[in-house]
Amino acid sequence: MKINVFFIAILIATLSGCGGSTQDSEVDKQTLPDTEIEPAQPKAATASAHPGKKVFDSVCLACHMANGTGVPGMYPPLAKTEWVNGDKKRLIQVTIQGLSGKIEVNGVTYNNIMPPNSHLSDQEIADVLTYVRQSFGNDAGEVTVEEVQRVRADL
Amino acid sequence: MKNLLALFLILFIVSCGQPERSETDTLTADAGNGGLTLPEGFSALVVAEETGRGRHIDINENGDIYVSLRDHDENKGIACLRDTTGDGKADIIEYAGEHVGTGIKLHKGYLYFGADTAVVRYPLTDGQLLPESNWEMIARGFPTEQQHEAKPMEFDGQGNMFVTVGAPANACMEQMRTKGSPGMDPCPILEYAGGIWKFKDDALNQDQMTDGERYATGIRHAVANSWNSNVNELYVVQHGRDQLHQFFPDLYTTKENAELPAEEFFLVTEGADFGWPYCYYDQFREEKVLAPEYGGDGEITDRCENKTDPIMAFPGHIAPNDLLFYTGYMFPEKYKNGAFIAFHGSWNRAPEPQSGFFVVFVPFDGANPSGEWEVFADGFAGMETVESTGDAEYRPCGLSEGPDGSLYVVDSNKGKIWRIIYS
Repeated sequence: MKINVFFIAILIATLSGCGGSTQDSEVDKQTLPDTEIEPAQPKAATASAHPGKKVFDSVCLACHMANGTGVPGMYPPLAKTEWVNGDKKRLIQVTIQGLSGKIEVNGVTYNNIMPPNSHLSDQEIADVLTYVRQSFGNDAGEVTVEEVQRVRADL
Repeated sequence: MKNLLALFLILFIVSCGQPERSETDTLTADAGNGGLTLPEGFSALVVAEETGRGRHIDINENGDIYVSLRDHDENKGIACLRDTTGDGKADIIEYAGEHVGTGIKLHKGYLYFGADTAVVRYPLTDGQLLPESNWEMIARGFPTEQQHEAKPMEFDGQGNMFVTVGAPANACMEQMRTKGSPGMDPCPILEYAGGIWKFKDDALNQDQMTDGERYATGIRHAVANSWNSNVNELYVVQHGRDQLHQFFPDLYTTKENAELPAEEFFLVTEGADFGWPYCYYDQFREEKVLAPEYGGDGEITDRCENKTDPIMAFPGHIAPNDLLFYTGYMFPEKYKNGAFIAFHGSWNRAPEPQSGFFVVFVPFDGANPSGEWEVFADGFAGMETVESTGDAEYRPCGLSEGPDGSLYVVDSNKGKIWRIIYS
């Protein structure tokens, strides 16, 4: 009798205390992350042909990303923000002079440095800002060469 | 009957082997491992879905978890987590402290915290999850920076604390990150940043410039640092410079820009100079070359021949944010004393797709790697191709080893925490 109890005890203790994990590994293989997600594209139909895209790709894209979403914690988005779609004067000024210190964009604080881009011509700035204001889901008015000239003259 | 219960108890303990394994044997991994892909035999469970903008992580001997946060509404930058039911999932998540930042480490009964301009410590009381509020200043006087401001710290177990002071610059140009601006020579930043500073681990109010010693220099920024207690040496992994193509389109194509320069893994001996900002490591040429801001053309080595090479080189821009030497017994033998590195994922590969949102493993034999690096945990980004960094769902940023040998990973987007186990 004592021997029977002993064997049952071994059986129960082994099964309950040290249960295998084969069940986990089988489940693991079934649910891998979805790999069929489409990369984001600029929304404006003419975006790829826009003269501002060339300027954007060489000057802005490295930090603000091809789809204007920026880098979390480092570089703010250009998509759907008042900094881009609002006051044109501030936007032109930031582009020419750069920016430093804490700013809030869409409720998130950024504290980094944007270099000045005063080497760009009035035409290039007008082109790139018009491109940015009409891409990435943005739908704001164009920026003209005259507007850039006026802001630059006041700096 | 009492005898029977005692028999059960003894058999339970004996048949499960080492006591430190018993908790893990009761853990159940999540279906799909919380979105991660892992080597065979490994699985993962999600400890917490959201803790804030997580940076680094440390685990107490009782399993309590501490995560540093980059920001918090009330400046309570220490997320404190406890599992009260033994299933590995945090049931309590509370916030404490008066600082935000990156470095966080349990040491000598305190929780050391690397706020961006200081290292402080909070006393811990046995059994209590939350640290006490009466923090002390350990090291101060660090520069106020807008780039590379993280202050991770590490201890050598011999009374010293090492703090990375990142250089607030890309390549020490006269005008910050501006095309055509030359590199300053000598680079004045190296006097107060761009290296590792050494402090006493328990002296109060040490000033960086008067009390700290510059232990090593020429390190642009190293968020990943770890003392390897197996060989008693400090190791760090550097964030290499950016924007080679953007500033020097005649010398570097966009494809070269996406891969260069290497992220470098350093064995940091006292007095070493790893070359930033004058030099960077080209992993294809397998040598340090002169940076273009200092007259380099991608091939000239010049003064870089005297700089210390990395012990391993990784692809460019993938942002090593934490380093851990594995000392536990849970994982198979090949992982013992090897290095895990959490890569945060790139931003400076554009227009090429971004990459490197993963945790890698580097096998070690003594002080040096004994084989190639391999991806250990992947799937954080939640997609195969990451066009823009902001698309990545999660980004691995911090690593810690639990008392049972589990590997914990924390993400920086939401502060999601995974616990990786082996069985």
